[in-house]
Amino acid sequence: MTIAQIIFIAISAITVIASILVVASRNLVHAALWLVLSLAGVAVLFVLLQASFLAVVQVVIYIGAIAILIIFAVMLTRRVMRETKPQVNRYWWIGALAALLLFVTLVVILNQVPSAASSVSELPLPEEDLLSMLGTALVDVDGFVLPFEVASVLLLAALIGSLVIARPIKLDAEEGDEA
Amino acid sequence: MFGEAHMHDQWIFVAFFLPIGFIAAAVPIIAARILGPRKPNPVKLSTYECGVETVGDTWVQFKVQYYVFALIFVIFDVEAVFLFPWAVAYNQLQLYMVLEGVLFILILAAGLFYVWRKGALEWS
Amino acid sequence: MDIPHLVEWTIESIVIVVGLIAGFAYLTLFERKILARIQVRIGPNRAGPWGLLQPVADGIKLIFKEELIPNRADKLLFVLAPVITVVPALIVLAVVPLGPDMMIFGHNVTLGIAGDVNVGVLYIMAVSSIAVYGIAIAGWSSSNKYALMGGLRATAQMISYELALGLAFVGPILLANSMNLMDIVNAQRGLLGWYIWLQPLGFIIFLLAGIAEVNRDPFDMPEAEQELTAGYHAEYSGMKFALMFMAEYDKMIAVSMIAATLFLGGFWGPFVEQIPLLGPVYLLIKTIFLLFVMIWMRATLVRFRYDRLMAFGWKVLLPLALVNVVVTAVIVLVGG
Repeated sequence: MTIAQIIFIAISAITVIASILVVASRNLVHAALWLVLSLAGVAVLFVLLQASFLAVVQVVIYIGAIAILIIFAVMLTRRVMRETKPQVNRYWWIGALAALLLFVTLVVILNQVPSAASSVSELPLPEEDLLSMLGTALVDVDGFVLPFEVASVLLLAALIGSLVIARPIKLDAEEGDEA
Repeated sequence: MFGEAHMHDQWIFVAFFLPIGFIAAAVPIIAARILGPRKPNPVKLSTYECGVETVGDTWVQFKVQYYVFALIFVIFDVEAVFLFPWAVAYNQLQLYMVLEGVLFILILAAGLFYVWRKGALEWS
Repeated sequence: MDIPHLVEWTIESIVIVVGLIAGFAYLTLFERKILARIQVRIGPNRAGPWGLLQPVADGIKLIFKEELIPNRADKLLFVLAPVITVVPALIVLAVVPLGPDMMIFGHNVTLGIAGDVNVGVLYIMAVSSIAVYGIAIAGWSSSNKYALMGGLRATAQMISYELALGLAFVGPILLANSMNLMDIVNAQRGLLGWYIWLQPLGFIIFLLAGIAEVNRDPFDMPEAEQELTAGYHAEYSGMKFALMFMAEYDKMIAVSMIAATLFLGGFWGPFVEQIPLLGPVYLLIKTIFLLFVMIWMRATLVRFRYDRLMAFGWKVLLPLALVNVVVTAVIVLVGG
């Protein structure tokens, strides 16, 4: 085993354990923090795959923004903080079955992809060029310009949608505790 | 996978720096734990509220405003991250590519304008 | 990766971390002296000549203080929070180049740990977005209404200003066509090459958003002594309290140093090419100047009201930062 493989296994183990704790932890804030750890693990995996841009973006977007949003959501939910509810309801076995099915499917698919099984080869280009290649590809007509612009429209739609949904809650909240 | 890639070289510093940072933070805490006096009593350990008895649960419900700001933040953060590679590649772009980036920023600005007009940026 | 490289990294990491700890200690003294002078006082002058031993005395005192962990607190997270707050403040400077390459003991040594990381600027953004957690966790785990309030306010404030901060980075990237901080610094040789002349608005946005990220006056709403009894660190005492402060002051140093690197030519100055050792000195001088500006602001300005603070971030800084990106893009397109 190379050093990289040992690091990979260690980081993967941390990620998986943290993910399990996300669903197993009874305290919602703790669950959110475990989620942060598992997201950080994924960021390290990106580094190991030589995708440093993705790694940093993973931290900026997922840990820096989305997990914060989740923590705010937890804090906004009255009485959820301390209450310990049972972790499973009576449909737990359906969820377990679906998860197992997904896992098996992933394993089967990954086995059919030849490059996934063998070791990852070195990327042919120096990193610097990769970044500007990414930048060019994002706005190139032959590249990803359509997804790029559609993404901005999608984000705009998400923004408007989230505001429309979040606004009425505000009116209700004003009757409650002011904080 | 590891080998000669200078990529990893660039990142191993974090593997060095992070533990040193943790040690630098942990040593004073441990030192203070060993050296400091420990004479706890119930009043000392109660929640500090300027001498007034604590009333009710700490975790009162907070303004939904916080959540709305976080939501807007997530969306703009994603948009801002797209601008970074565009800026890096800027000198290699043709005019229409630059304009696409500007269009992207304008859509972002339109979102900000919408949020502004809707009053979601007011802290009431 | 080889052994000399590892030794170099280890030494540099330790030097930077120790430097930041000492920097924190003496920045507090520097601040107290300047604030005192501005308020026509003398400031600390008893411990050692010119009060130079004051930080040492403070440190020793804090170690021997009793530390309280409130009964209702989430104990593990309560202890962990100061650590999580300090670590980002210490590691953010890893990507800042401290000087040009030079020969030490026959080795070609790069000053600064990883100035050559190709996503350097995004690394800074990533670390600053992690910094939010220490404060949020401190506020939550204290199980104190003031602390939670302060923690929430700080979190909301920091994410609001992070956007303007991130967009202020785009200006220098557009000019240097790189996220590598070494490239950005090398593009600013000579006084006229400093990006502050091309990016005056960007510089101001960066500095203001940076101060807000650090929760310094006039954006120190989360701490607001008078109404929140010190905010998220209300329940902290002794060394943990000191660590919270260390994080704040080290972040001040980091913001100043990054601003100097992005806009004030970093380590470049007269004769650096002949004597590389001058590089870190210039960087330090520029950093201290910006720190002085921050302390000056604290002495001069009053605290923002929270609604105005959020409005300033979202309605003034963020639109300005967007305009700055577009204007810079147009100027680069026309000029270069």
